[in-house]
Amino acid sequence: MARHTLSILVQDQPGVLARISALFSRRGYNIESLAVGTTETEGVSRMTVVVNVDDHALEQVTKQLNKLINVLKIVELDDSTAISRELMLIKVKADDASRSKVLEFVELFRAKVVDVGSDAVTIEATGSRDKLEALLDVLAPHGVKEIVQSGVVALARGGRSIADRSAKNPDRT
Amino acid sequence: MSKKITGAESLVKSLEHADVEVVFGIPGGAILPVYDPLMDSPTVRHILVRHEQGAGHAAEGYASASNRVGVCMATSGPGATNLVTPIADAHMDSVPMVAITGQVPSQFIGSDAFQEADIRGITMPITKHNYLITRAEDIPRAIKEAFHLASSGRPGPVLVDITKDALQASAEFVWPTSIDLPGYKPTTKPHARQIKDAARMIVESHRPVFYVGGGVIRSKADKELRQLAELTGIPVVTTLMARGAFPDSHVQHMGMPGMHGTVGAVGALQKADLLIVLGARFDDRVTGKLESFSPKSKVIHIDIDPAEIGKNRHADIPIVADVREAIAQLIPAITSEFDAGNRADLTAWWITLNHWRETYPLGYDTPSDGTLSPQYVIERLGKISGPETIYTAGVGQHQMWAAQFIGYEYPNTWLNSGGLGTMGYSIPAAMGAKVGCPDKTVWAIDGDGCFQMTNQELATCTINDIQIKVALINNASLGMVRQWQNLFYNERYSNTDLNSHSVPDFVKLADAYGCHGIRVTKAEEVDKAIEKSMELNDAPVVIDFQVHRDAMVWPMVAAGTGNDEIQFARDIAPTWERGDD
Repeated sequence: MARHTLSILVQDQPGVLARISALFSRRGYNIESLAVGTTETEGVSRMTVVVNVDDHALEQVTKQLNKLINVLKIVELDDSTAISRELMLIKVKADDASRSKVLEFVELFRAKVVDVGSDAVTIEATGSRDKLEALLDVLAPHGVKEIVQSGVVALARGGRSIADRSAKNPDRT
Repeated sequence: MSKKITGAESLVKSLEHADVEVVFGIPGGAILPVYDPLMDSPTVRHILVRHEQGAGHAAEGYASASNRVGVCMATSGPGATNLVTPIADAHMDSVPMVAITGQVPSQFIGSDAFQEADIRGITMPITKHNYLITRAEDIPRAIKEAFHLASSGRPGPVLVDITKDALQASAEFVWPTSIDLPGYKPTTKPHARQIKDAARMIVESHRPVFYVGGGVIRSKADKELRQLAELTGIPVVTTLMARGAFPDSHVQHMGMPGMHGTVGAVGALQKADLLIVLGARFDDRVTGKLESFSPKSKVIHIDIDPAEIGKNRHADIPIVADVREAIAQLIPAITSEFDAGNRADLTAWWITLNHWRETYPLGYDTPSDGTLSPQYVIERLGKISGPETIYTAGVGQHQMWAAQFIGYEYPNTWLNSGGLGTMGYSIPAAMGAKVGCPDKTVWAIDGDGCFQMTNQELATCTINDIQIKVALINNASLGMVRQWQNLFYNERYSNTDLNSHSVPDFVKLADAYGCHGIRVTKAEEVDKAIEKSMELNDAPVVIDFQVHRDAMVWPMVAAGTGNDEIQFARDIAPTWERGDD
């Protein structure tokens, strides 16, 4: 089993998210993270899906997704050739005694404080999954009250866009 | 521009443009606007069924017999949910079908309105694609796309759910001239290199087999298959979905593989060194335990659906293509290999195959107590009615015997529920097949369990002069389940006795439906009853063949075991050639 990031271009039509998420569950695959948004092309949405599956299952899920009529293109983005980011908001305990220590970690991780209260601060952090996990680790001793995080979004490095990459390629098995 | 018409009129016009000749359905509140203009359509005939499941299976039977798209129609809520079983059935067996359902007015969607069901959501995993249409102007494009999707690529069911307000609103009717589905581009032409590699692998193989699936029938590749088989001299097995794709009388035909396949067909797959898989999908009923299935073979897998390739079994040469085009290209590629002198000798392979075939032919025991043998009934039916007949079956023992003991010579003459295993398929499917092929004799072979799920469509048949003939293999029990209870549950027959030798009285039931009813209990009455049925042409016929209930389907590969453990008959396993192990 390994973590894979799939970028899926879909026609922006009602029900398309349900079709995709239902396909994962029907075929027995668990989605780790899912992010949906519009793209540079009107009528086309992009989903970034992270799944933890072996290679055979990845091939199956990709082929099954390709069969959905509203799916236009699927590209797997691997960590070495793509940039992936997620956003996390963290509410951590911080009083007069501990605030400066917390702010030091915020600085170190190039995060941002977006809200301050008398007994807590809210931090906005973006980055790879590893970086966010490391930040959470150092904040844990201070008392993390609440976190919320987005799904992973990812983009290939270099000048080519997903539109330039080979389309559905059913002969590849 | 043309004047505005209602969405309902637009739907009927769309069906006319899609060359629909018949719709099976039942009206109800949400779909009601459609039924008014439908009454006036000069070309679209509507057949009023008695249950929406019957409409769906009738559409399947129509499609499977005639190679056209079958159409069924129902209202919202329960009407639509009653279509779920046939839609799932069509999805599993790749049957081209369009299901049209009415939906509550769009402003009521999500409010738990009367007869509201989210049929688009419900059918997402069991359709090739589906639509929820809420505007009258979107109807023609949805219908055009639905027929295209249902019938192209790997065929399947498409559902179009239309809200009542869309049916009542007005819009100009514009039949689209083109189809714009950027995410749908089925690959139909095979890759030339792959064909060349496949041809080389085929001619070099010493124990090859053509593993033929239902895709050969759907793509109308039977003539090409026969040419390819005769060119190469390679044995052929036809799966449950492919019966009729290759003539049973052909010397190269080893029969049906799988759980109740012939020893010859199962052995051919098990001991092969090469499987040439044509429009088949390594279903678990064919492979048995996957790990021990055909352990020494390489695989050339040809299918139009890329997701089937490598799903259950690795393909050494994957070919995504319409199987007819792929075979058409394989023939010259193999011919040139032969011309170059590349041709493995299959003599030893055929000696082995013929040995299995002769040692382990299909057969059955005649009951010693004078009761009727179900296999005998089915065998005689096949002989008397012949290979031009269309046979449909339900699911269970009678289905397996019908697959085993009738000789199929042509595609589209054997219709059954293979993937989903839907009891109750036979009667409505036969009705649809007869509507699609009115000049053919259509026999529904059914079990007494199956028959009691959908027999109300006999009323539809009688009233609409759809003269199907029903051979009821009545063993007064859920026979296949009973067989498993006999073999695996210490003969404890929990809830499989249907008492249908007495209740209901099927001859009276036939009479009540305006059909001819005939009861047969002895072997000597069988031929006469079948012959008489063939002569009757004023109403459907039901023959209640009251048969021996302890008959079993053999051979059998028990569920969860490997094909090597096939039993030819109870506690009798074939001995494989030592050298082949």
